[in-house]
Amino acid sequence: MNMILMLMPVALFLGGLALAAFLWALRSGQYDDLDGAAHRILQDDSQPGDR
Amino acid sequence: MLDDHSEVDAGGAALRSLGGCCGAPTPLGSTGLGSSAFGTDRALERWAKPAQDGLMRVDLLAPDMRCAACIATIEDGLRATAGVATARVNLSLRRVGVTFDPERLTVAGVVERLGRLGFDAKPFDAAAVDDFRSDKTGRELLSCLAVAGFAAANVMLLSVSVWAGAADATRDLMHWVSALIALPAIVYAGRPFYRSALAALSVGRLNMDVPISLAVILASSVSLFETAAHGQHAYFDAAVSLLFFLLIGRFLDHRVRGAARSAAAELAALSATSATVVRPDGSRAAVAVDAVGLGDVVEVAAGERAPVDGEVIEGRSDLDRSMVTGETRPEPIGAGDVVHAGMMNLTGPIRIRVTATEEDTLLAEIARLIEAAESRPTKHTRLADRAVRLYAPGVHIVAAVAFAGWMIATGDLRVSMMIAASLLIITCPCALGLAVPAVQAAAGAALFRRGVLMKDGAALEKLAEIDTVAFDKTGTLTLGRPRLVTTPEDGRARSAAKALALGSRHPLSRALAEGLADRPAAVVDIAERPGEGVEGLLDGRLVRLGSAAFCGADGGTGGAETAVWLRIGEAAPVRFTLEDTLRPDAAETVAALKARGLRVILLSGDRAEAAARAAAAVGIEDWSAEQRPEQKLAALEALKDAGRKVLMVGDGLNDAPALAAAWISMSPAEASDVSRTAAGLVFSGDRLEPVLYGYRVARSARARALENFALATLYNLIAIPIAAAGFATPLVAALAMSSSSIVVTLNALRVRRIAPETFGAEDRQDAGAATSVASSPCPGRRAQAAAQRLEEARA
Repeated sequence: MNMILMLMPVALFLGGLALAAFLWALRSGQYDDLDGAAHRILQDDSQPGDR
Repeated sequence: MLDDHSEVDAGGAALRSLGGCCGAPTPLGSTGLGSSAFGTDRALERWAKPAQDGLMRVDLLAPDMRCAACIATIEDGLRATAGVATARVNLSLRRVGVTFDPERLTVAGVVERLGRLGFDAKPFDAAAVDDFRSDKTGRELLSCLAVAGFAAANVMLLSVSVWAGAADATRDLMHWVSALIALPAIVYAGRPFYRSALAALSVGRLNMDVPISLAVILASSVSLFETAAHGQHAYFDAAVSLLFFLLIGRFLDHRVRGAARSAAAELAALSATSATVVRPDGSRAAVAVDAVGLGDVVEVAAGERAPVDGEVIEGRSDLDRSMVTGETRPEPIGAGDVVHAGMMNLTGPIRIRVTATEEDTLLAEIARLIEAAESRPTKHTRLADRAVRLYAPGVHIVAAVAFAGWMIATGDLRVSMMIAASLLIITCPCALGLAVPAVQAAAGAALFRRGVLMKDGAALEKLAEIDTVAFDKTGTLTLGRPRLVTTPEDGRARSAAKALALGSRHPLSRALAEGLADRPAAVVDIAERPGEGVEGLLDGRLVRLGSAAFCGADGGTGGAETAVWLRIGEAAPVRFTLEDTLRPDAAETVAALKARGLRVILLSGDRAEAAARAAAAVGIEDWSAEQRPEQKLAALEALKDAGRKVLMVGDGLNDAPALAAAWISMSPAEASDVSRTAAGLVFSGDRLEPVLYGYRVARSARARALENFALATLYNLIAIPIAAAGFATPLVAALAMSSSSIVVTLNALRVRRIAPETFGAEDRQDAGAATSVASSPCPGRRAQAAAQRLEEARA
């Protein structure tokens, strides 16, 4: 029983963390260009001097 | 780094000048960046919006971008441009966001730079056209979905321990923690439903959201009361997971609609183009089309579409009228000839005097016809709406009857409220809410994979109900571009023709250059003679490629095919024949549509003999030719009055009113903007099969949606007596709701199993795919290939 009292807040906190992370990702535009992100990994780094 | 880019550009430009690129030259290419003084390009500059640090931001649409190379070409190319601060491509939306220093660069400069990179780009107002991901509703739905999902998962975990037998203080604790998670989630994630329910109630109507809101609020308040009274049952889990499932359906629905809405809005944004007006003092200015006045002189460069209606006052050229009239043969024009907005000027620059302002152009006339056709109400009611009309009153009556029955039988308000709440929540339209959106999302994804885009779910539902298919000819049954059919025996003539054809932008020349496999002969001094043909010198002798008159041949065949003549020196002219070929699977598709019991007709704007040949080749008995836009419209109205539901397939401006008037319409991706906007579905590729495929998917989607309704009804028929009898414990409610939602979703996924017909011609399909890739890779790949070739040449 004591275990549950401790585990429940911990589980909720971790779950809440995941939710907050998702909402942050959504607001900061991480889901705006899913196709582009898939293609960008194929690119060379285009920073000047890196190539 | 910088060198690299300029070489990429040079390669791209060189390739395009060979006629390998489909993109039209940028409208302002001729003015150039240097001469585009500030203030003259108002038409383009109005798209720029102030950003931070004194920079300006502009959003552009570049529909040609397709791959990783495109992203790299655009971003690197722009970043290497003086004055550009940042450039970011969004591939999903085919957009580029550019911030630049207004002191050093203009929007016209950005467009011109993108043009040199091989991308036809147009600025637009991103704020006005925002799509579902960035629009507020979409984001709100997604946030609500996340919160509801989080709460549903956690409350469900707590509920499991209650179902497993937790009692007394433990159960109360679980219930209280559930309440703590569920209540804020219900307040937050339920907002879309409460708002819509209030809006409906305030005008005295019932919609699907009224019973949903009622069920959620009632269930959670009853559960809160139960928890405080140390009761056995709490429906927090059911209330939250109900919201979760419904939000999934709502989000899918929003996605389907949002994608369509933004596509339509983007098309509208694109059509606001500019015209190059020549002032009396000889200076040129780019102004918005709506600012062009009667009597103004407008310059139309070769390869540009005429922005307004007018009369040619200077210059000779060939005019491609196919988009407007369906006539496939380009016609030579000169001073005094009339040009309509939307027609393509092919070979030489012309100046036209504006004879009609925007409201009087052919384009505006067609837009009026479309508007009139669209304003006529259709009898179609969406499936989901029909279901709600039956469902919403029904569920309220059942809940009220159950509440009254239990009050009379037991006199216990608490029990009666519990029963009513559990009844509302268990019959709530989880399955109903998912039934149609899940099917439409699955069908939309299946269609998208085969290159068919649908405007909205209603388009799909309407497509399933058709009984007649009306095709346009040019660009719909045919590819809308000429192909070489016959060539002379003489190899020398062929290679001379190839050399001349390579030097011209005329579509017939391009078809010749593409169709002739010979090595081009060493023809020098190649010059285009607008309205006549191309000429050059081969071994000191004059060679001419062009019309019969230009080459001194006896033309005037008047057949369906087009002839191009070649004369070397004083020798007798030889003839090349070209024809607008049918789409490779046109006949099979028409036959398959007929086999499905559909009546197929042909409405062509082209000459009678051309229409007759095409009709005979694909097997359409019922055809008519030389149809003007209003005649096509009238033909469709007549069919409608006869009670037929017509699918109109067409591409030209002249088809647009008919597309709008039809029960449902489709147009190829190469169609005019107006037609694509008017059409309910758009398909891409050289094949006609997508029309058949769209119909089959629509039929299947309709069948699946009806099955889903049947499943939901069956589920309710079982669930209502159980709930009304008081057996719907939270565990039963959770199991019943989840299982019905999953069954409905799985059933919807069956739509994806429909495979397109290949008509037993895999080889041909592959060959077609190969040539289409070879002839039109995306500009990014072309630029990359050009850079590689230069690299190799240097090594």
